[in-house]
Amino acid sequence: MESAIRTQNLRKVYSSPPPSGAGRSIPPSPTGKRKKDPTPQITALDGIDLDIAPGQIFGLLGPNGAGKSTTVGVLTTRVRPTSGTAWIGGHDVWREQTAAKRQIGVVAQRPNLDFSLTAREILLFHGAYFGLNSQQRSQRATALLERFKLTDRADQLVRGFSGGMMQRVSIARAMMHDPQVLFLDEPSAGLDPQTRLLLWEIIRDYNLKGRTILLTTHNMEEADALCQRLAIIDHGRIIASGTPDELKASIPGGFLLRLRFGRHSAPLLERLATLPGVTEVRASGDSGADLYASRAFEVELSDVHISEPSLENLFLHHTGRSLRE
Amino acid sequence: MNGKTFLALLARDAHVARRNLVPLLFQTFLQPLLFVFIFGRVMVGNGYLPPAYKSLLLPGIMAISMSFTGIWAVAMPLIAEFQFTREIEDRLLAPIDISWVAVEKVLAGLIQAIVAGLVVIPLAWIILRPGLELHLNHPLLFVGITLLVAGFSACGGLALGCSVDQQHIGLMFSMVLTPMIFFGCTYYPWSALSKFPILQKVVLINPLAYASEGLRAALVPQFPHLSTPLIVAALMVFDVLLLVVGLRQFQKKAIT
Repeated sequence: MESAIRTQNLRKVYSSPPPSGAGRSIPPSPTGKRKKDPTPQITALDGIDLDIAPGQIFGLLGPNGAGKSTTVGVLTTRVRPTSGTAWIGGHDVWREQTAAKRQIGVVAQRPNLDFSLTAREILLFHGAYFGLNSQQRSQRATALLERFKLTDRADQLVRGFSGGMMQRVSIARAMMHDPQVLFLDEPSAGLDPQTRLLLWEIIRDYNLKGRTILLTTHNMEEADALCQRLAIIDHGRIIASGTPDELKASIPGGFLLRLRFGRHSAPLLERLATLPGVTEVRASGDSGADLYASRAFEVELSDVHISEPSLENLFLHHTGRSLRE
Repeated sequence: MNGKTFLALLARDAHVARRNLVPLLFQTFLQPLLFVFIFGRVMVGNGYLPPAYKSLLLPGIMAISMSFTGIWAVAMPLIAEFQFTREIEDRLLAPIDISWVAVEKVLAGLIQAIVAGLVVIPLAWIILRPGLELHLNHPLLFVGITLLVAGFSACGGLALGCSVDQQHIGLMFSMVLTPMIFFGCTYYPWSALSKFPILQKVVLINPLAYASEGLRAALVPQFPHLSTPLIVAALMVFDVLLLVVGLRQFQKKAIT
């Protein structure tokens, strides 16, 4: 079957500061000829290969500035790649832009609503841009407003909406023309827990209709809960990919044991490391120690917190730093 | 091109314009109205200016009104929509080549400029009567010039709107638009500059000079004006040039 989303060796080098929301926090890479070349060259994508089957919820997981938004930008005709190719459902995104745009719905990281319009008008005009007739438009708009709990504010200008409400309008708008592929760039950032759960439910329902969803997140819980497949991205490169379970199983040692002592000392850590089953010991703060272990063992502890193998650990394992650093 | 999408984009702009109708009207008509009143009525009425000045002034006011409306109608929304909030994003993602999104903006601005120009005539007629002598000898010339003037203003709005940042809007007015008006042969015919030969050549780079002279040629041919073929050719060149530059700048702004 044809891939829903495919990219081949996608590279993007910004010679001017990248737009906010796309690779914002990448530090300029130091180059040898700094004097001759005053414009900083920022490599946001460094050879991204993706192949996403139709009907999947696919997650791009990574810290801020890893290249998630730039990848979404290239796939949605908003960022021109320096080299490489991207396809949406068989259409080369940069050669057949219009055909590609018909296939996709996009929710950007920051709400980019049309502030001159009301919530309902935003949906109606979006439908009109995609050639829906007026009956389809008003039916779908009404249903989506209901679904996203926006009905009571539907006929007010979105200018006065809260961040969470704007985000809901953005997502409703992206679904308005029922696209085959839905892009959600950090969809739950800034949403309260209730709305986040509503959003997850809506994403799963949309996926059940056979639609492909690509979402970016730095929230492990979200990736774990929603995504059928994941790619972990950092410094513009994919460093691991697979199903969440596959990825978790790839961490050697399995469990992470977070130990808290009165205080710890170097000899204690050394002794912990020699215990059977322990693969790695890291000090955490003054009183804690993180043990990567294949099984539990006996020692006098003041606190034990056993985390299931998680994507956070996976990320820590691959990059040596925490996602929120 | 995708006709349905293009019409929907146009409908969106019409809808927003309708919503902002009252401020839009004030913005378009207040300044030309005051100018016509002070120069055409007060100054002429008191004998500071000859009565014939009324007829000479009208095409210039019409040119200002059209140019400003077109530039404003295209540039200001573009500047706002390409800012931080990226309001235009949804239209860039519509299933149509993004250049058509820019062309739609130009068409919307062009229509507004034509309306702004045509409404000046009855308004001025009410204020300036009697003594206003319009001679519409060649209606087709008038239609052609009006379209070309509206085109230059809307295309100019596209080029300016995609080149100027929000923090430089004030500068755009004081550095670009104000000199354009005063060196645009709006309040005087081009021939009046004959005592300033260098300036007379320099103002020929100003598209507004051809707009004023063109409307003068079409509405009050009894006054001296630049040759009509030169006016038409120059306006065509400006229309095409500004459209090409505007589209290029638009692409640059739209895609990173």
